[in-house]
Amino acid sequence: MFAVRIHGRGGQGVVTAAELLSVAAFTEGRHAQAFPSFGSERTGAPVVAFCRIDTRPIRTREPIAIADCVIVQDPTLLRHVDVLAGLRPAGSVLVNWAGPVDQLELPPGAVAVAATQLALRHVGRPVPNAALLGGFAALTGQVRLESVLDAIRGRFPASLAAANVAAAQEAYDLVRAECEERQDA
Amino acid sequence: MRSQIEGSRAVAEAVALCRPQVIPAYPISPQTHIVEALSERVASGALHPCVFINAESEFGAMSLAIGACATGGRSYTATASQGLLFMAEALYNAAGLGLPIVMTVANRAIGAPINIWNDHSDAMSQRDSGWVQLYAESNQEAVDLHVLAFRLAEELSLPVMVCMDGFVLTHAVEPVDLPDQAGVDAFLPPFRPRQVLDPVAPVSIGAMVGPEAFTEVRYLAHVRQLEVLDRLPDLAGELAALTGRRISAVTPYRCDDADTVVVALGSVLGTLKDTVDELRDEGLPVGVVGVTAFRPFPVRAVAAALAGARRVVVLERALAAGVGGIVTADVRAARPGVACRTVVAGLGGRPVTRASLRAMLLDAVADRLEPLTFLDLNREVVDRELARAAATRRSGPAAENILHDLAGGGR
Repeated sequence: MFAVRIHGRGGQGVVTAAELLSVAAFTEGRHAQAFPSFGSERTGAPVVAFCRIDTRPIRTREPIAIADCVIVQDPTLLRHVDVLAGLRPAGSVLVNWAGPVDQLELPPGAVAVAATQLALRHVGRPVPNAALLGGFAALTGQVRLESVLDAIRGRFPASLAAANVAAAQEAYDLVRAECEERQDA
Repeated sequence: MRSQIEGSRAVAEAVALCRPQVIPAYPISPQTHIVEALSERVASGALHPCVFINAESEFGAMSLAIGACATGGRSYTATASQGLLFMAEALYNAAGLGLPIVMTVANRAIGAPINIWNDHSDAMSQRDSGWVQLYAESNQEAVDLHVLAFRLAEELSLPVMVCMDGFVLTHAVEPVDLPDQAGVDAFLPPFRPRQVLDPVAPVSIGAMVGPEAFTEVRYLAHVRQLEVLDRLPDLAGELAALTGRRISAVTPYRCDDADTVVVALGSVLGTLKDTVDELRDEGLPVGVVGVTAFRPFPVRAVAAALAGARRVVVLERALAAGVGGIVTADVRAARPGVACRTVVAGLGGRPVTRASLRAMLLDAVADRLEPLTFLDLNREVVDRELARAAATRRSGPAAENILHDLAGGGR
């Protein structure tokens, strides 16, 4: 079981991100379950979505308390929400952040990707999901980039999908390069 | 076809495969994506012939379903929570008239205080309305139950409620296998009503029945409900031939030589099974019994599933204030003489966690469980409110006081 928690703000698409991730895992023949933190979400309020990936059918329905990976869509959440709660000691952290990751109070293994900037450049709107999912594929290896891209293509109309695919691809390359650099260091 | 799909959308697909002819629904909270997706299909012509009626209320939606069904149209609607309560009068009428309407209830709590989250308070409040009630453990089961529900309803001329946990299932995206249209068509023939309002051959239904016959009419309704239990295995078998998955009124899990067995309904069964696996690995003889058909209550099947149990725990997702458990009463009647504990869990959307279930089961096995337990109850907050109420008559609204307490206030 690989458990992912996605933190964002209402309107940024945490639910869509979790769903796309589950679709990517599903297309690879694995079992996946995505669900939001339930509530009357308001635009801008902190929200959470969850995704479990496993080789076996997933029966549990509880929210993810112990996470293998945390994705943070909005770095301003770090001041208000304990996004690292229950993260496994060797767990991964991917944060949407344009600056050096050590500017943020995150574990040393945390990786930043400028997902909003990538989205603005490729999609023309500040929608960080696709880039973060591309980054997730590179950081954790839990899903292949191609599966993420397929999930994006399945979700959006062709031209929007193409723009998001480009953002995901670039984020994947950036995060992979970052991970390789760290490995060499 | 198997796909990764949201629960509500999957149910909408399943309902569409059943070719409903009339879908009256009230499209405001509490509602699900189910009728939204169906209305899109009707508007696009993908679901045809079918009329989608934007009702003015849930009471109106059920009344429209009654009218449509009585004139021979396959009728479907969905609701939840307060919406189901607003239908209550019409629900009894649909059942009393023997109209085979199928409805999804996306289970949610009932106010006050306002709460939009999941528990079984809504459906449980209508357990005696005369509707068949089937509870889904997963979105796959919800899909299969809907296909079964139409056939069951129409064969026996009874309305069927398919209950699936609001949010927990309706908003969860997971793999679901949908049957194909040809298969569903073969399983579910066109609706042939037992009674039909037709100007060519006019009859009236729902006429006044006095003391001379009301008992007999009710008795027959009871008999017809019980027929569900006889018919269900055959229909489930036919459906299994199509889907490869068999629905049962009652499903035991790891109950062989289990001396402690938990009985539950709905999506909590998944977490419960994981917990039981964990405890079994540690050598504890515990099991689970999932109840899919709550109305009619499968007395014999429950008794058989609990035959070897020394202790029974009924995990309830609703509360009958002043008594405790709701399902418990029926389980106790099915298995008299066995120690039966009630655990009320997951009210108003509180997550039912494996950690809490594990602790509860360890207590159960050690005979430490009280007759009635509220899982994860915040005793401190409750005691503070009780103290306030004892200190002064005008201590303020309990719900607001507790929220204030939890926010670190204290009054």
